Amino acid sequence: MRFVDEYRDGRAAHALAAELRSLVEPGRRVKLMEVCGGHTHAIYRHGLDALLPDEVELVHGPGCPVCVIPMGRVDDAISLAERPEVAFASFGDMLRVPGGRRRSLLEAKARGADVRTVYSPLDALAIAEREPEREVVFFGVGFETTAPATALTLLRARERDVRNFSVFSNHVLIGPALRAILDSPEVDIDGFVGPGHVSTVIGTRPYEFVCREYGRPVVVAGFEPNDILQAVAMLLRQLRAGRAEVENEYGRVVRAEGNPDALAALGEVFDVREDFEWRGLGAIPRSGLRLAEAFADWDAERRFPVPGARIEDPKACRCGDVLRGRAKPFECGVFGTACTPERPLGTCMVSSEGACAAYYAYGRHRRVEVPA
Amino acid sequence: MSDAVVTLADGAGGKASRKLVEGLFLEELRNPLLEPLGDAAIVGRNGTRLALTTDSYVVRPLRFPGGDIGELAVNGTVNDLAVSGAQPLALTAGFVIEEGFPLAELRGIARSMAGAALAAGVAVAAGDTKVVERGAADGLYVTTAGVGLLDLRAVLGFDRVRAGDRVLVSGGVAEHGIAVMLARGDLGLAVDVESDTAPLNGLTAALCALGTELRWMRDPTRGGLATTLNELATGAGLSVVLEEAAIPVREDVRGACELLGIDPLYVANEGKLVAVVSPEAADDALALLRGHPLGAGAALVGELREDSRPFVLARTPFGTRIVDMLVGDPLPRIC
Amino acid sequence: MCLGIPGRVVARLDDGLARIDVSGVRRDVSVAFTPEVEPGDWVLVHVGFALARIDEEEARATLALIDEALAAEELAS
Repeated sequence: MRFVDEYRDGRAAHALAAELRSLVEPGRRVKLMEVCGGHTHAIYRHGLDALLPDEVELVHGPGCPVCVIPMGRVDDAISLAERPEVAFASFGDMLRVPGGRRRSLLEAKARGADVRTVYSPLDALAIAEREPEREVVFFGVGFETTAPATALTLLRARERDVRNFSVFSNHVLIGPALRAILDSPEVDIDGFVGPGHVSTVIGTRPYEFVCREYGRPVVVAGFEPNDILQAVAMLLRQLRAGRAEVENEYGRVVRAEGNPDALAALGEVFDVREDFEWRGLGAIPRSGLRLAEAFADWDAERRFPVPGARIEDPKACRCGDVLRGRAKPFECGVFGTACTPERPLGTCMVSSEGACAAYYAYGRHRRVEVPA
Repeated sequence: MSDAVVTLADGAGGKASRKLVEGLFLEELRNPLLEPLGDAAIVGRNGTRLALTTDSYVVRPLRFPGGDIGELAVNGTVNDLAVSGAQPLALTAGFVIEEGFPLAELRGIARSMAGAALAAGVAVAAGDTKVVERGAADGLYVTTAGVGLLDLRAVLGFDRVRAGDRVLVSGGVAEHGIAVMLARGDLGLAVDVESDTAPLNGLTAALCALGTELRWMRDPTRGGLATTLNELATGAGLSVVLEEAAIPVREDVRGACELLGIDPLYVANEGKLVAVVSPEAADDALALLRGHPLGAGAALVGELREDSRPFVLARTPFGTRIVDMLVGDPLPRIC
Repeated sequence: MCLGIPGRVVARLDDGLARIDVSGVRRDVSVAFTPEVEPGDWVLVHVGFALARIDEEEARATLALIDEALAAEELAS
């Protein structure tokens, strides 16, 4: 077992596609949201949308942590990176994301800022230990999947008394985002393909409110092609039977209770912010994480002045509608023109996982059919 | 934007690089020799046709598994000539050296250039050195130029490519880019992948035996196979339809790409070529490639097709996707 | 949203780390959240951390469910 190729079998995929066709009622449209950008990416990367029946429409959700960082926070990151004493450590994904005036960390680096790409927050801590004369600031982004890694790194920093290390936390929570989408007017999403990797940490219980309060089914899914098709089949079966439950297609890594050690680290290191602004969705109550008081010494927002300016999302961009499933990427007036992966305007175009970027890169001309 | 500056993305070989070359350099220097923006310009006089090329090397680290900057510079220039259908005659090399650079290391690099030149059957016939102050260069930059004699058996060009023609790759992709990226050490990944840097003129000479059935060649360096095939699609005005599973990628290279969230189709190669041949010659071309040690892993990966607009498409077991040009340097992703 | 790659644990190391192998690529990752893992186990790797041990039985159960669709399809055709 490699736990990858086994779920990429083309014959099984076509059989699942046939099953999907048998599960839809002709003419009755079903709108499903894949919450996670990883699913969006996988769907286009493998061309899975071609296997879905016409009746099933997939809507791409807000689950791309890079895409949801508001422009003002990117500007804050750039201002931290531009401080002469700072070595700013970031995941590669964030480097191209534009802030206000469309400037990115990559451009700040080109202008002389000390920006380092890291694979892990622990690597950023290692830089701080190796270069005690530099102030290493780690750009903490990501959902509950990534936040425990940041948390453990901070616990390490405290344990080893590394004082030239701090975190600029932009960690966000998936539950409040889901609720914000469900609470927005005119939402007609019938069910959710639940995020897989975030659920390894939080488990499946945090999605129960979606079923209980909003009557929609959730199926937590893996990221291989047949995982996703199977999850869609499970959702269609629930909808046919009139059920709304949390089911788990990704049992090989997701347990109902999540990962208690990771959750404990989160709880110790972070506090939930009163509210946090999401690009495209606006301010969502209790949806972001900041460092707890006990970690104030490692909190970049307390150690350095950050401008904290709020920058409105561009008016021309319909990212908010795309994220809520009310518009398809190509229905936005600036899609592929003023807003492209090279010069992204809106959140959905900024990372290759964003709905618009994935659509632009992989699905843009889906009408081009390839003869068998 | 009048205060725009050059960023690293402008040099990564993708869309941004293309924009810089076309929007700035071509605009200012436009002439019929430069206009095709091929790997080499073709200069002719009195029935002799020469291929002319130049390249700069700024790799970090200077030494990496499978090679160093010297070997890379010779092979890269030989390859630009080779895929233009020329046999290299001679190279030049210019060195920009940072003050304080160890002489022993410089000698090692010069020696590996000599080795690479010998392997390719070409001489480094002229050179130049400049030393700059400490901090004005990152150790060593090498600039090469090369001149080659066109093999008149083959006539290559985008205009020679027809719908139905087949696309071949001479071996596993993404090895150079992954070897160098991991050799920098900051990602903490250990893997036994070496750069594939190698001279391709032996392989291209073999393919030239196909005569006019050989349509076009290119070495997919920066920006990887995807970028080269996008240039092919645009240049030929035809879509390239790939069979994704047929594209050779070493297992460990694929593993590194998965860990870093990078698509191997966008990662650089330094010893691989892409060839377009007529459908009738596809089997012969594959046999010619596989008969050469550098082409043992060659594969038929796709074909050209008439389309309303030219795209690069990849067929998967599930459907198809667009393989777009690289937007900028491939960056490790978390999501 | 979050890149998670299956890797096999090659060895437990000091300092809460383990060496994992992904198709021949080695990386030392933190096993602070999966302290129970042993060499030979498969884990899901994200940003240098093993986030979960992969449960082979569950993995096979999911495959069996997917294969049911295949069997049904073959029966129908």
